[in-house]
Amino acid sequence: MLLIECPWCGPRSEIEYSYGGPAHVTRPGPAEAVSDVEWATYLHTRQNPKGLHLERWRHTHGCRQWFNIARDTVTHRITAVYRMGEAPHESVPPKGGAT
Amino acid sequence: MSGGYRLASGGRIDRSRPLHFRMDGVMHSGFAGDTLASALLANGVRVVGRSFKLHRPRGVMAAGVEETNALVDVGKGANAEANLKATEIELVDGLEARSVNAWPRADRDALGVLGLLKPFLPAGFYYKTFIRPSWDTYEGMIRRAAGLGHAPVGVDPDTYEKQFAHADVVVVGGGIAGLVAAWSASAGDAQVILIDDQPELGGTLLGQPVPINGDAPDIWLSRVEAELRARPNVRLLTRTTATGVYDHHFVLACARRLGAGPRQRLWKIRAKKVLLASGAFERPLVFPDNDRPGVMLAGAARTYVERYGVAAGRSAIVVTNNDSAYHAAFSLRAAGVKVSAIADLRASPPRHALDAARHHDIEVMPATAPAGVAGRHGVKSIKLASVDGAGRLGAASQPIDCDLVCMSGGWSPALHLYAQAGGAMHFDAERGAIVPDAAFEPVVCVGAARGTFTLAASIAEAYAAGAHAAHATGHPSNDGFITPKVDEWPQVAAAPIVELRSARSRGAHSWVDLQNDVTAADVRLAARENYRSVEHLKRYTTLGMAVDQGKTSNVNAIAIMAAATERTMDAVGTTRFRPPYTPTTLGAFAGREVGQHYRPLRRLPAHEAHAELGAVIEDYGGWLRPAFYPKADESEATAVTREVLAVRGGVGLFDGSPLGKIEVCGPDAAEFLNRIYVNNMLTLGVGKARYGLMLDENGIVKDDGVLSRISADKFLVGTTSAGANSIGYWLEEWLNCEWPHLNATIAPVTSQWAVMTVTGPRARDLLRAFDTSIDLSAGACPHMNVREGTFAGVPARIHRVSFTGELSFEVAVPARYGQALWREMLKRGQAFGVTPYGIEALMVMRVEKGYLHIGADTDGTTMPQDVGFAEIMAKKKADYAGKRSTMLPVGRDPRREFVGLEVADGEAPLPIGAHIVDPSEAADTRRTHGWVTSTCFSPTLERPVALALVENGRARMGEIVTLTSTHGRRSATVVGPCAYDPNGERLNG
Repeated sequence: MLLIECPWCGPRSEIEYSYGGPAHVTRPGPAEAVSDVEWATYLHTRQNPKGLHLERWRHTHGCRQWFNIARDTVTHRITAVYRMGEAPHESVPPKGGAT
Repeated sequence: MSGGYRLASGGRIDRSRPLHFRMDGVMHSGFAGDTLASALLANGVRVVGRSFKLHRPRGVMAAGVEETNALVDVGKGANAEANLKATEIELVDGLEARSVNAWPRADRDALGVLGLLKPFLPAGFYYKTFIRPSWDTYEGMIRRAAGLGHAPVGVDPDTYEKQFAHADVVVVGGGIAGLVAAWSASAGDAQVILIDDQPELGGTLLGQPVPINGDAPDIWLSRVEAELRARPNVRLLTRTTATGVYDHHFVLACARRLGAGPRQRLWKIRAKKVLLASGAFERPLVFPDNDRPGVMLAGAARTYVERYGVAAGRSAIVVTNNDSAYHAAFSLRAAGVKVSAIADLRASPPRHALDAARHHDIEVMPATAPAGVAGRHGVKSIKLASVDGAGRLGAASQPIDCDLVCMSGGWSPALHLYAQAGGAMHFDAERGAIVPDAAFEPVVCVGAARGTFTLAASIAEAYAAGAHAAHATGHPSNDGFITPKVDEWPQVAAAPIVELRSARSRGAHSWVDLQNDVTAADVRLAARENYRSVEHLKRYTTLGMAVDQGKTSNVNAIAIMAAATERTMDAVGTTRFRPPYTPTTLGAFAGREVGQHYRPLRRLPAHEAHAELGAVIEDYGGWLRPAFYPKADESEATAVTREVLAVRGGVGLFDGSPLGKIEVCGPDAAEFLNRIYVNNMLTLGVGKARYGLMLDENGIVKDDGVLSRISADKFLVGTTSAGANSIGYWLEEWLNCEWPHLNATIAPVTSQWAVMTVTGPRARDLLRAFDTSIDLSAGACPHMNVREGTFAGVPARIHRVSFTGELSFEVAVPARYGQALWREMLKRGQAFGVTPYGIEALMVMRVEKGYLHIGADTDGTTMPQDVGFAEIMAKKKADYAGKRSTMLPVGRDPRREFVGLEVADGEAPLPIGAHIVDPSEAADTRRTHGWVTSTCFSPTLERPVALALVENGRARMGEIVTLTSTHGRRSATVVGPCAYDPNGERLNG
């Protein structure tokens, strides 16, 4: 069970959180300007990398806020925690996890 | 030694406390401090179980968690526990144990004849044999014959607890390495938890003592334990098995309790450092007939003497490839057991061992190995043979009489928790063991678990690791630990791990995994059939499965596979160990979350008042809510009909408190909600309410409800009762992640408000019996409006919305006033004939009105255009959640649309789920054109009404369709959803 550092509440056990999929998935729009393929890619295509993954978590049984983490999917090492809307942490190489 | 096998003195048992127990119905006695295994051995019980597949008689082989044979079921009925290891069961008075997989008893098993079939039952036998006509033909017979213990019958009557804990350092294992590691880690103020599975600390030293500072180890052990107990920053958990080490230093441990109260406690410990001092398991030797009852691990035989005061036999032969078994020979000899010889596989055993054996007057036979054992129900004799370094046996000797064979094939570090946490391992030929790789931070192994087999080195290593862990967690320490002097032999290079086999033997009776009846021949068969990967080997032969998870068999199997495929041990690899380390009862994981605590149900603020009225209360989406309020001996149908007619004809009162309520506030609240709803919400005026739909990003209808604007920057989102929680989270996700720049806040307030729905033509009359600051006249507060003010002297929000189709007011007051308001409304409403009604009547009325019920009339494919929202969607220019998906080609295909179905007069209601079919299509290939989603008899209209999703339904108004279900074939006419008051005149009163 992971130990995740909520940027608002501090380190808490994984049972307090909900996983929210890859971070930095850009929602295309406006709807009329988006092709079917582009929209389907946004809905369904994910990278599922072995290694560094940037992902969203919600502190469900705490402050209920969303934030991002950088996690290694092999070792589960968490190398960065950063807030929604922030760019990936500087320790995270560009072209990280998500599309 | 007279009568039984209990020694006259010695051991750590309490001879002043005799205990009685039954094994397979036979009464035996033992002492406090015994395990079931030691007590059985003391009573001369040699056959304790039957093997999984072949029903071969088996005896106790080990003295700890690694035991592979001595599996028993304990207790009766609901209290029964299956497949416990006799070596782990602390003896208590009145214990009732039964051997597994044997009938009627272990020593006289009716299916024992199966053992003769071994040549015909190799690995993979099932896969190859039982294929014609099909596996199903044989399954019942095989399941009866194979298998282990029996699952308990009935609900577990015991209780279980869970406890969370935090620690700087968790030390697993209370042997000498664990104790020293805990000592040094806790010398400062680091919080340290030491976990050990035994009733007393000391680990291997308890059964295989080594002099410390010139004395019995007890003296040193008790001093260390006393010191640790005195330290306030140390918690000692005995009788507790660390069953798993998970990510980020999370340790799960299961504590067994004796006596009254909870039976087990599951510890969930978050540590900063984990030290693993779990010791090592002795390996069996692989030789012909090594599964005979009485063939035992040498360290176990010694443990039964030293710890339990039991001689496992009267005449022993020791067979070994290392030094440790010599000490077993010496202990047995000192206890009065005849030890005929030590057969040492090594050509030249070390000087210190030979000298000591001579001193104890025991003959050592170098380069000698066991070649066969006689005695089906217990060892009677052994044949020895010369052996070379590869395990090839020479000519066998004449049988040598003995009743106990003590074997040692070396020691395997117990790396299960290390491997679970992701640690890698390699084979170290010098130590003759699979050992942990050097640097792996999540779990640091010390002592025998690291392959450090001398106590002096273990102590130094453990001390350093404890100090390092304390330092790394910010708790440096420097105490006056005095390294004890240990009187032990130096470590020597290990002998190779080999199977002992004559040139002619296939190894078909040389057992590798006794619990699963896997032999050396089976391992080689797997190799020949290309199941060479260790994971394939496991699954093809079942090696390493079941209760013991291969604690004694894995390394031998890898060695045999390596030899058979001419690879190294490392090339074969090891299986990835998975938690739990030892079988753990599901009750411990469930803890107290069972029965009514499994999914706690919520009660309405007015729950008591509903109960007093005799309401039938049921679980609706996690809320206990009145289904209907039967009078005297009314049936459900009668009560529901009466309630519906009362609402339609006068006034009804309904507790709508669970309806979801989410406040969205802020300057951008309107903009935010406009991006959520299918409807245009920017145009919603203050004091107005609007029914709306929300979609998920796939364009599927997610929830519906009424949105009302309390003030310019304050909205109340109404959701379905079931959606209250999830919609709140979902809104927050959009705001937090997608539109964080929007200035708005979200507050779920569902349970803060009690909501009383007053509905029916006389609803306003009832409300006028109360003082209120709100003008409730039709002109001042028309349908789909909301007002704030006071009602009956308390703050209130009143919504004019209706789910019944009648004039309706939803009066929301702070939850604490809910029950008082309910009672008062019933009291004052008497004058108007007020009738409380439940969910069932509400559902009838909403079907009459054709109001959508999300999840009943919609499913995971329903888009808003299917439920009459096409026009609203067409008008809205702005983007909203799910909009783009509704524009995909799938959104334009012929779609199943929400309609009503009418049946001819006098017919019964349509069955729920009945499919609309094309009768011209063949019965076996036809497809569904939709189905009935809601159906009931309408008391108001005195005829059945139904709602359905029908392909192109809205274009088929007036069409007579055919329906089919298990109740037969029906026909119905497609109509609009609303059967009652389609113009909505009654709403606007």
